[in-house]
Formats: sequence, structure tokens, C-alpha cells
Amino acid sequence: MTLLHIKDLTVEYPSRHGVFKAVSGVNLTVEPGEIHGLVGESGAGKSTIGAAIMGLLERPGHISGGTIAFKSKMINGLDATAMQGLRGKQISMIFQDPLTSLNPLLTVGEQLIETISLHLGLSRDAARQRATELLDRVGIPDPALRLRQYPHQFSGGMRQRVVIALALCSEPDVIFADEPTTALDVAVQAQILDLIKDLAQERQVGVILVTHDMGVIADTTDRVTVMYRGKVVESGTTAQVMSAPNHKYTKSLIAAVPRPKIKLKRFSQISYGGRDTRFAIEDIARNWNRVETLLDRPLLRVKHLEKKFPIAKSIFPGRSTYLTAVDGISFDIMPGEVFGVVGESGSGKSTIARLISGLYPLDKGEVEFAGQIVSDPRKSEAVAQFRRDIQMIFQDPYSSLNPRLRVLDIIAEPIRHHKILNGAALTKRVHELLEQVGLGAAAAAKFPHEFSGGQRQRISIARALATQPRFLICDEPTSALDVSIQAQILNILKDLQEHLGLTMLFISHDLPVVRQMCDRVAVMQKGRLLELQDTETLFANPQTDYTKELLTLMPHLEGLSDEGLEI
Amino acid sequence: MRYSSDPETTLSLGHRLKRAWNSDLCWRFRHSPVAMISFAVTLLLVLSAIFAPLVAPFNPFDPGSLNLMNGFTPPSTPNAFTGEQFLLGTDDQGRDILSTILYGMRISLFVGFAAVTLGMLIGVTLGLIAGYFGGIIDAIIMRIADIQLTFPSILVALLIFGVAKGFTPVEYRDEVALWVLIIAIGLSDWVQFARVVRGATLVEKNKEYVQAARLIGRSSSSIIFGHILRNVMSPVLVIATISLALAIIAEATLSFLGVGVPPTQPSLGTLIRIGQGFLFSGEWWILLFPAVTLLSLALAVNLMGDWLRDALNPKLK
Repeated sequence: MTLLHIKDLTVEYPSRHGVFKAVSGVNLTVEPGEIHGLVGESGAGKSTIGAAIMGLLERPGHISGGTIAFKSKMINGLDATAMQGLRGKQISMIFQDPLTSLNPLLTVGEQLIETISLHLGLSRDAARQRATELLDRVGIPDPALRLRQYPHQFSGGMRQRVVIALALCSEPDVIFADEPTTALDVAVQAQILDLIKDLAQERQVGVILVTHDMGVIADTTDRVTVMYRGKVVESGTTAQVMSAPNHKYTKSLIAAVPRPKIKLKRFSQISYGGRDTRFAIEDIARNWNRVETLLDRPLLRVKHLEKKFPIAKSIFPGRSTYLTAVDGISFDIMPGEVFGVVGESGSGKSTIARLISGLYPLDKGEVEFAGQIVSDPRKSEAVAQFRRDIQMIFQDPYSSLNPRLRVLDIIAEPIRHHKILNGAALTKRVHELLEQVGLGAAAAAKFPHEFSGGQRQRISIARALATQPRFLICDEPTSALDVSIQAQILNILKDLQEHLGLTMLFISHDLPVVRQMCDRVAVMQKGRLLELQDTETLFANPQTDYTKELLTLMPHLEGLSDEGLEI
Repeated sequence: MRYSSDPETTLSLGHRLKRAWNSDLCWRFRHSPVAMISFAVTLLLVLSAIFAPLVAPFNPFDPGSLNLMNGFTPPSTPNAFTGEQFLLGTDDQGRDILSTILYGMRISLFVGFAAVTLGMLIGVTLGLIAGYFGGIIDAIIMRIADIQLTFPSILVALLIFGVAKGFTPVEYRDEVALWVLIIAIGLSDWVQFARVVRGATLVEKNKEYVQAARLIGRSSSSIIFGHILRNVMSPVLVIATISLALAIIAEATLSFLGVGVPPTQPSLGTLIRIGQGFLFSGEWWILLFPAVTLLSLALAVNLMGDWLRDALNPKLK
């Protein structure tokens, strides 16, 4: 029997600019024991479908057409009390952020036991018994003890397990999982997905898994529905959609997925929906003043880098406790090389970027750039030159541009600061840069909020190129972007490296991306450098256990269509 | 930091106005009766105060136009001796109440605006510095703020006013009284600006655009005033509006107590103080009209501040 049957669902948000259709004419079914993937980029309407099913659409949004049937019973248009009997009890939800879905002031046990006795009408003892079983089932060791602990005593992955246990309390028939692993590390993501897979099988629960990650879809789901701007563009079994996509948009999504197994020349870009994919690298290269660099000597040398952050401050220095974020790291980066740093969150990889660029003061160690020591603020001349020679591209395109400045002023800032140009020549230079990154000169008069995430990252790139740097630090430059935009931005970075000979430090947690981008890779764990190898050697023959484990946790992506790949 | 040399990237004035008219803030304003009414009342009062010499029927400070025989004329009633008529009546010296209110409002508004500007300058600067640098600087600034907060602000203003007056030579006292009053009220309300700006700065300074500016090599002061300042201004605008109402009332309170503006420049507070002496002898209009004016002014400005807060931060509702 079909658990959930959504037919011609349309959700509208009226506003003063007109009616916005967040979801239009969507059909979707979920069978018992089936994981149904819902994939699409941000704003495609995936989460809106979840809110519509749960009756949690935020006003003035409403269902303007179509039906939602749960076990052949219509549930849209039910009153609040009837909906409450359904919500959480027969249909549960798992959210993206495990931190905000648990109450920090109650122990995990209290939250589980309360939910169980509410939904199943069990006595407290029986509920406690069940809670212990559930925690055990979702893979939390020592569940009886863990029941008495508070959410902050759990790690991110453990917390998400608790959230899943909470969702299972009422023995629901359908679970709506909204990006359940996006906030987690790869290693934890794989475990959580396995758990969801097992649970669906074992309890015959229907799962709707919302994600923007094609890797998650390929490895976890049975069926998949691809959405684009509120509409379903393609639907079918996962194997069929992945290996032989019909719609052009699905093809562009699949082609853009970074492959873990083969190194490609470039990321495939099949443009869809009239997106801007221009990047005038020849134009940039023509006007680029290349600094002569000795190719046999490292451009950047990092020696015994060390950084501690205080966790608990005390007025007595001896009593403060510290977290060692970076613990004695040394490496060299050769001119023209793309040097990758990978590791889980908290491994210290972003701290390295900030230490090299001088955003954080060093505790110990030395940074040498083009033969000059630049980590000593007293050598102001070397530091000033270094500031011109390095630039950084940040992770979050929404916070790396000042929202109250026009694009013109954002890009002009480094040029003006280093007194390279001024007046009309400066404005002209900014317009050129904007043309070159594919946004057009008219973008100069606008504010950052008028651009999408990918366009903002292009503005960041234009700002980074403004001083014609020799060294570029990319700190997770695409982890906030949709996969097709990610491919565009990574191709731009590849172009910069190939045509301008830019040296790069590329920080990422995404191993397939690192394989495509980097010449050498450093693997970090808990502030230490575990392994440093040529990329292909590392992927073919990892030395440490930790690296081996990371590699096995990469999405496998078997049976993905090869259409449009540039090998 | 703006360039207007290139026609391609600059918008015409008309286009800008149209964009402002269609902006969310303006749209909310046009759809909120409370906001529009309070804005209209404020605008009316402010304009009539600014143009008092043109609007007022008499100049209350011109002794030549005064006729003691006109004293205590009730509103809109002919005077028993001279037969002259006054819309809101006259006071004991025969001055037209309407004119004294219009001139008095000038003083009240001037003191209010100047005091808020001063408090805002001090508070925003200290808040930015405390939030951006943190550590010992932050601790010192915020402890001073905390200590000041333990006293009612009107008491702080009284204290500053009294001390400053004590240091001023007698012959200059009346001349500088107005400025001393502005400084006293301004210094008494910088704290709330500093607290809000510090909080907002703590959030902003960790955003990546600040790191990007530091990476370029920008100095701390250009990051604070070139980048962070414009991102913390919307709460400041709200506090400034509400502070304006409070400052006008603070001025009225001080003048009511007789320690504010000199008697040669009567403000609304002075008028109320004079008026309350006649309340029980039947000349109610001398007190009532200045008091109602003060009330409407403070209420309208306050309601505007409330609306602005909701409009700039819809999540608060």
C-alpha cells in the first residue's frame, strides 16, 4: 500500500510583488521501506514540500492546489488538532541541524521518554526501556548512561543519531529527512545514511530524503525525484535516473558531480536555464604582469607552525586550558602548484590558512614567502608586499562581501589600499574585472544581495584578482554552492592556475573535489599533518589508517552517466 | 567611497527616488497608518517650530509687542479690557500662548536633536571600539557604562549640569546654559548606543568580509569606520529615534525643575513650570496647551521609533 501519495501539489506564497509558486504541480509517492530522494538546488522547493506535508507552511504560504494522501486518506486541509495527531506520530521529521532540534536544557533521556510516553501511552519505566533500546538501535554505545546526559555532551554525529531516535519514538510510517547529513563530516555522514537505510528496511518506514548532494542520492535512495524551480523535471528509480538521465537539467547535475575514481581535465558544465558560465581567462592572462619566479625553489615555506586557542581563560596563565588547533606543521609549496589540505571539521585546516595569511598571530613557527619571512610583523616592508601577493577566497559567499558596499567599492578596495590606481582608471579596471569574471560592468553599481551564491563567489574572485596576486588561498570555496555552480567556480580556479601560473592552497573536506583540483595533498587530523603525498599516489596508495578510512567513506557513485565528461 | 564619474554605473535621481519609493521600508510605511500619522504629526510640529518666526502670530520675546493688559486672556475669548482675541489665550504677562509654544518647541527640539547626536557620536564610537578590540578596552568601556546605568539618567544629567554650572563664571552662565544642558543630556544617554553597537560589532567582526579587509592590509580604524559602522547603523537609527523622545522629555523635566534652559529662552518644560502655578487659580490653558504639545511630540516620535524597529527587524514581531 502506498504510504504517501502527493498529487499535483502546488504551494503559493502571495506577496506584494505577486504570487510566488514555491512548488507547482508536484507528484510524488512513497512506498513502505522505500527511500525516496528529493534533489535539486537551493530554492527548488524541496523543503516546502515537507512543510506542506506536515501542515507547517509559514503564512501567508498555502496549498493552492492538489492533494496529499497518507495511507489513502486526504490530509491536506485537516484542522490543527487532527494534524497534530498525525504530525510527529505517524509522520516525523529529521532536520539539518541536530543542535537546534534538541532541547539543550533537558537530558536526552527526558526528551526521548516524554515523546515515547506521549505517543505510545507507555508507563515511564516501559518508556525508559524503549528509549534505551532505541539509542542502542541507532548505534549509541552505552545507552543507559547516555540517557542521563545533555545534548552538549554528544558530538554532532551522535546528536543526529539522537534526533533519529526521537523521530522513531512514535513508530512513524513516514519520515521526512531534510538534509540530515549536510552539517556533518563525511565519515559521520556515511554512518548516518547507512543507519537510515537499515531502519527503512527493518521497520518498513517510508523515507523522503531531501538533499542537494548527488552522491548521497546515488548511494542511498531507491527512487529519486529531481526538482528545478518548484517543478519536477524527472522522476524514476535511482539507478535509471543516474545512469540514463533524460532531462537536460538532470544531465547537467550529474555531469557536474566531482568523480572520486578518475581525474578529469575539467569539470563538465552543461549549462541549463541560461546561466552565466563565461570566464574570460585569455583576457585576464593578456593583462597579467607575471612576476619572475625561480621555479626550483618553494614559493611558500611553512616551518613548525603552532597555534593554541584558549578554551577556559583564567587570570592565572597556568590555569587556562588550551586547544591546540595546529601542532607543529611544516610544508613547502612550489610555484604554480595547487596544494590541497583535507581533514574533518576541527582538524585545523582553516586555521592554517589564517595563520599563513596573517589573520591570526602565530604562537610558534615561521612563514616564508618568496625567500622573505612574512610572519614577523616587525618586518613591515616584507609584510606589505606579501599583502599584495596573497589573496583569499572564502567559504561563505554571503558573509565574505560587505552587504552595505556596492560591488564597485568591494573590488576597488584592495586596488585603492595598495595605491595601484585611482579615479577613472580605477573604475575602468573594476569594470574590466567584472567583465572578465562574467558578470558585466553594470554589476558595479549593485549591492551583493542582488546576486546569487555563485555570482557572489565570482565577485570574490574578481576582488582576489584585483591586485594580481601570486598566491591564492581557497578556504572551502565551493562548499556552500550547488553542484553545478561548484563546477563553474572550480573550473575558474583551474583556469587561473593553468593560464596565470597562480600558486594555490586549496582547503576542502570534499575528497573527490580535492582529487580533481590538487597536485599534492596534505591530510590533517587534530592539528597534526598525517600524510603528504602527490594526489594520485595518495588516492591509489594511502599510507595511514586514517587516510584509508577517509577514502573508503567517499561516495562511490557507481553507475553514474558519463555523458559530457572531459577525460 | 562612492564614484559617480561613469554614467553607466550611476542611476538618475528620478530612478533612485523610484527605487526608494518601492523599497520594502517605504512600502511598509505606506501600509502602516500609525507610522504615517505619527510621521505627519512630527513633521507638522518640527516644521512649525523651525518656521516659528513666520508662523507665530506674535514674537513673545519682543517686549514692544506685549501689553500687560492682555494678561490672562482665556482661549478664543475677547479680552475684557483691550478686546483682543488669542487662539490659545495668554499668560500672566499677556504673551500669546500659541506663540510661546512654537518658540518653546524650537528650544526643546534643538536641545533634543543636539543631545541625541552627541550621545550617538560618543556611544557608537565607544561601542565600535569596545566590540572590535575586546579585551581590556572592552572591559573598561563597558564597566563605565554599567556604572552609569545604575543611576537614573535624569540624575546623571542633573549631576553633570550642576557640576558644569558650578565651574562656569556667573556672567556667562545664561549664555552657556543651553550648551551645558545639551552636553548633560547627551552624556547621560550614550550607554544604550554603546551597548547595542558593541553587540552588533561582535557579530559583524567575525564575518568573512572583515577578514577579507584585514587580509588586504586595511587598518583597524578603516575597517571599523569603513566596513563595520554601516552594518550596525539600523539598530542605531531606531535607538536614536526613541532617544529623541526621551531627550525632549529629559529637557522638559530639567526645565520644569528650573535647572534647565535659562528663563530668557523658555522651552516647553519652562512653560509647563510657569503654567502649573496658575492651574488652581483657574487659568488652566497656560499649563494645558504646552503639556499637550509636549505629549504629542514625544508620543509621535516614540511611535515612529517603535514602527521603525519592527520594520527594520521583522523577526521581532
